[in-house]
Amino acid sequence: MDGWAILSLLIWLPILGGLIVLVAGDKLSRPVALIFSVLTFVVSLPLWTGFDASSYLMQFEEKHVWIDTFNINYYLGVDGIAMPLIILNTFITVLIVIAGWEVIKKKPAQYMAAFLIMEGIINGVFAAQDAMLFYIFFEAMLIPMFLVIGVWGGVNRVYATIKFFLYTFFGSVFMLISLIYMYNQGGSFAIADMYNLKLGMTAQILIFLSFLIAFGVKVPMWPVHTWLPDAHVEAPTGGSVILAAIMLKIGGYGFLRFSLPMVPDAARELTWLVIFMSLTAVVYIGFVALVQKDMKKLVAYSSIAHMGFVTLGFFLVYAIYNNTGSYEGSVLAMQGGMVQMVSHGFISGAMFLCIGVLYDRMHTREIDAYGGVANTMPIFTAFFVLFAMANTGLPGTSGFVGEFMVILASFKANFWIAFLAATTLIVGAGYTLWLVKRVIFGGVANDQVAMLQDINKREFTFLAVLAFAVLLVGLWPQPLIHVMEATIVHIVDLATQTKLPGVN
Amino acid sequence: MAQSMIPLTHFLVIGAILFSVSVAGIFLNRKNMLIILMCIELMLLAVNINFIAFSHFNQDMGGQVFVFFILTVAAAEAAIGLAILVVLFRNRGTINVQELDEMKG
Amino acid sequence: MMENIYLAIPLAPLIGAIIAGVFGGKIGRTAAHIATIAGVATACVLSFIVLKHIAFDGNTYNETVYTWAATEGIAFNVGFLIDNLTAMMMVVVTFVSLMVHIYTIGYMEHDEHNWPEESLVGRNSYQRFFSYISLFTFSMLMLVMSNNFMQLFFGWEAVGLVSYLLIGFWSTRDTAIFANMKAFLVNRVGDFGFLLGIAAVLMYFGSMDYAEVFAKAPEVVGKTINIYGAAEWSVITVACILLFVGAMGKSAQVPLHVWLPDSMEGPTPISALIHAATMVTAGIFMVARMSPLFELSTTALSFVLIIGSITAFFMGLIGIVQNDIKRVVAYSTLSQLGYMTVALGAGVYGAAVFHLMTHAFFKALLFLAAGSVIIAMHHEQDMRKMGGLKKYMPITYWTSLIGSLALIGFPGFSGFFSKDLIIEAVHESHVPGAHFAYWMVLLGVFVTAFYSFRMFFLVFHGKERMDDHTKHHLKESPWVVTVPLIALAIPAVISGYLLDPMVVGDFFKGAIKGVGEHESLVSEISHHYHGIFPFILHGLSATPFWLAMGGLGSAWFIYMRKPEIAEWFYNKFRWIHTLLDNKYFIDDFNQKIFAGGAVALGKGLWKYGDRMLIDTGLVNDSAGFIKKLAGWSRYLQTGYMYHYAFSMIIGVLALMGWIIYKAG
Repeated sequence: MDGWAILSLLIWLPILGGLIVLVAGDKLSRPVALIFSVLTFVVSLPLWTGFDASSYLMQFEEKHVWIDTFNINYYLGVDGIAMPLIILNTFITVLIVIAGWEVIKKKPAQYMAAFLIMEGIINGVFAAQDAMLFYIFFEAMLIPMFLVIGVWGGVNRVYATIKFFLYTFFGSVFMLISLIYMYNQGGSFAIADMYNLKLGMTAQILIFLSFLIAFGVKVPMWPVHTWLPDAHVEAPTGGSVILAAIMLKIGGYGFLRFSLPMVPDAARELTWLVIFMSLTAVVYIGFVALVQKDMKKLVAYSSIAHMGFVTLGFFLVYAIYNNTGSYEGSVLAMQGGMVQMVSHGFISGAMFLCIGVLYDRMHTREIDAYGGVANTMPIFTAFFVLFAMANTGLPGTSGFVGEFMVILASFKANFWIAFLAATTLIVGAGYTLWLVKRVIFGGVANDQVAMLQDINKREFTFLAVLAFAVLLVGLWPQPLIHVMEATIVHIVDLATQTKLPGVN
Repeated sequence: MAQSMIPLTHFLVIGAILFSVSVAGIFLNRKNMLIILMCIELMLLAVNINFIAFSHFNQDMGGQVFVFFILTVAAAEAAIGLAILVVLFRNRGTINVQELDEMKG
Repeated sequence: MMENIYLAIPLAPLIGAIIAGVFGGKIGRTAAHIATIAGVATACVLSFIVLKHIAFDGNTYNETVYTWAATEGIAFNVGFLIDNLTAMMMVVVTFVSLMVHIYTIGYMEHDEHNWPEESLVGRNSYQRFFSYISLFTFSMLMLVMSNNFMQLFFGWEAVGLVSYLLIGFWSTRDTAIFANMKAFLVNRVGDFGFLLGIAAVLMYFGSMDYAEVFAKAPEVVGKTINIYGAAEWSVITVACILLFVGAMGKSAQVPLHVWLPDSMEGPTPISALIHAATMVTAGIFMVARMSPLFELSTTALSFVLIIGSITAFFMGLIGIVQNDIKRVVAYSTLSQLGYMTVALGAGVYGAAVFHLMTHAFFKALLFLAAGSVIIAMHHEQDMRKMGGLKKYMPITYWTSLIGSLALIGFPGFSGFFSKDLIIEAVHESHVPGAHFAYWMVLLGVFVTAFYSFRMFFLVFHGKERMDDHTKHHLKESPWVVTVPLIALAIPAVISGYLLDPMVVGDFFKGAIKGVGEHESLVSEISHHYHGIFPFILHGLSATPFWLAMGGLGSAWFIYMRKPEIAEWFYNKFRWIHTLLDNKYFIDDFNQKIFAGGAVALGKGLWKYGDRMLIDTGLVNDSAGFIKKLAGWSRYLQTGYMYHYAFSMIIGVLALMGWIIYKAG
């Protein structure tokens, strides 16, 4: 498979597929999109099977000169943190195509094309090993998402798209400046070269803050999270799924790929800030989620809380060192964050798909409009309760793994960090179960609920596939943890070495 | 011969005066678009006088050649400008500058 | 060989659960209950084989099944630790579960009447119920068989999930779905502490495996942790108290007891299985399992002791004023769990586990008997509408009597041995708070006897207070109900006689640690012990017996002879009744302060934090500022050409002036 340029294929195949779907027209668009998404997923599988988990080095590398003057290369490669996310992306896209099959009546060809193109671009984000290439994919990703929300969105979609676009754009501009600064210092845009670049403390702090804005908006971290609930509420189901399952992960990925290894001294200096923001996300957002009246908003807020665990896990490394004098536990924490990202991809995707199933039937997302759905949709209820339980982090589901690892590690950093992080056990269960109680259980609330039809084969397919994934990761996370281990150990290594000039 | 000649400065001064008059004409005039067009023509003539003066002073015929070019272009410009003016008048029923504020923000 | 058996024991009920749960609609009711009962019966038989292999042939087993996750040298395994404690728990769990499975055939037979007609979820409710209880059996077995903290937590939460599903089984009832959410959330409060406890263990012991952790315990004794201010806490104390918070949730100890009475909204078989016999005792089991750690911290033990004694006495008191037959049994369960906790706190873990076992039998029996009464009464649970059922339901009557006698600790019945032992042990204990605990458990004996026989007399004796229609249909329950009653009545009597080998002997040696002071406590008790029958005879003359008799007698006198006394007492001490009837107002407090507070906090944060400060303040106002700026600058755009020309010329002049100035 070495000669195959899999990563290029993973980027360009779906983009090409998207263009073909556009040409194919509305009638043929669905099967063609399905073929291309499945094909991309199949192509992505060799990444897993051919991956050498014992090495932290980039694998499946491709490098071509792109813009010689500025030393920008078309440089692709994956390691243990990028590879699972790429597979997650190709996997979720297949589900999105299935989920949009009958539901999208308005311009289906454009809809499918947008998602396929987005898939390619996001694969590019994860595979890019050149900072400029990364930046271009990072920005390009906004365009299809902008269109998806803006064209197929809800009533208030214009406000939501502009908010979404400006928020994320605002963040990434700072990142661009930092990247150019580092290029000026080191003469290379290659990410690996930036790891070796010596930087003074002031420069590091500024670069760190710029990355924090760029990726913090993407994650999103408190207090730059308010675009997410709006974007989710207005986005069509597929858009919400991609947004929650994949796009948020890019923020977390950015912290691992850029912030920690490139500016470790600043990260050490400002780790309290990130931990504070993460814990606020977990606790504060948990309470906010509790009082939401819109199902999608509730799940969106719960996403923010769950992503708080991701950033918490990534940045515990310095706090653990300050408390115990050793870095033992940081790998656990960081892996916890990574597993949480993958797991959140499944769970939030599933939750949004479930809400989509309800929305397609009732055309409302108001919690009050529901009640006693179990009586008319028993099979759906089984799935919904399973995913809700996964959302509360029940052991045996994937939602547990990451939270468990992060909480265990955070105890090493500080009792109170663990204490606050663990409150999610209560608050998370609170908002999720309350949602279940109001929507699913109880007597039939009104005539519309009484008329509901249970899920059809198509809906059953994507929910069952996700349920399988959620249980698989929950019951046996070891393979996932194993592939990322070497890379994470390496990142911890990089993050714990100083890069101040003249120190070593 | 040389003594009887009018010095260069006089030409330049008259050019500058003509130019200033036309500039003042452009922004003091609040009424007629035609006057603005005429001011522009005047401005070009002021420049032409400078060209000729310098050409004579430097004994370089190039400057006078340019004057011909400018005159040609100015004529064309005047023709087009007047044409636009006519169209404008047909559309708007006025060529009063005070009323032509379509570009107001 | 044995490995396969160990693996088969939890998996058999799981397979049954999957068959009944996923394919229940297709295979029908009979096939579903056959599949699940076959699974649990397999597990039960194999558990007895394991008991023989472990307890009598003296083996222990501690192996990993598979590695769930491994990182940084810490292995999170799924594995089994089978020793005498586990083997005993496995037998209790699978046996009670089997009985409950059989009983359910009768109890849930007409479950479709409990559902609105159009409800699809009610169609297969019978199969679903079997699936859930089998799933519960699987989870509980995973919990007790675990050899590490991670799997313990898995089982811990999984039984919580099934409990959630079963309390809210009749999901069209508002009270049921309120109760199940409450149960899950209150349990989560416990789990919150439990998880922190596990994190503490991982931090200081560097392992999740029981054996490794216990082996390392002596090294950790001196270590301290700084939680707040300058105070240094012993790590073991902190870890133990945190772990015990988990037990408080699961085993319903004050103040996390509030969910258990409400959990009676679920069908009666699961009240017997989950909320009396097995799941709620998981906390007791866990502390017994962690005894090597708890032994090292007197502070933690004292905490356990006091919580337990408060639960034992004050929850029993509430039982006196309840009128719902299941709620009386529920409060008695709370009180008995308090007894077990007291035993743990006193350091006699063996006695706690022994009481756990006897309690599992007689309390499951009492619940199932209550369920039998409820079937006969057409799902009427109010005792004020019962009475005189003795002649209609002889089997239920006699088995209830056995259960009640066992519960109050009548000499010769199982509860006597276990409870007497606990009282004795607390009396001898030197853990701080033991004196208080002794009085609590002693008074608790009177209370227990009083409410048990109040219920017994109100239900089975006296006037027949039900309406004519119900009375007309009164009959003994079918054999699927009565057989489990009889099958449970037998161990409810005789399991007490295992006192000799289990507590006094060294049955739990190796599984439960009693080092230092507490070991001498056990030996001191053994010292007084001269065989079963002298123990019974001694019991006949001891204080607890007379207290129990007093309770029984006063219940008889007040509710059979002179009901006006109850009336008089009610009128005279109405405040006590109000206090007890409102469960010390703890529910109201929680509802207002915690539930209401959380919602109010959420609303406040959302409204003022997210919407006002961030969205309006930071986001929209910064956009608004740009808009305003643009609004001002648009006035520069007049639209008059001469303004533009003028500014151009001014610009040119300024530029020229600048250049000339620079040149000059």
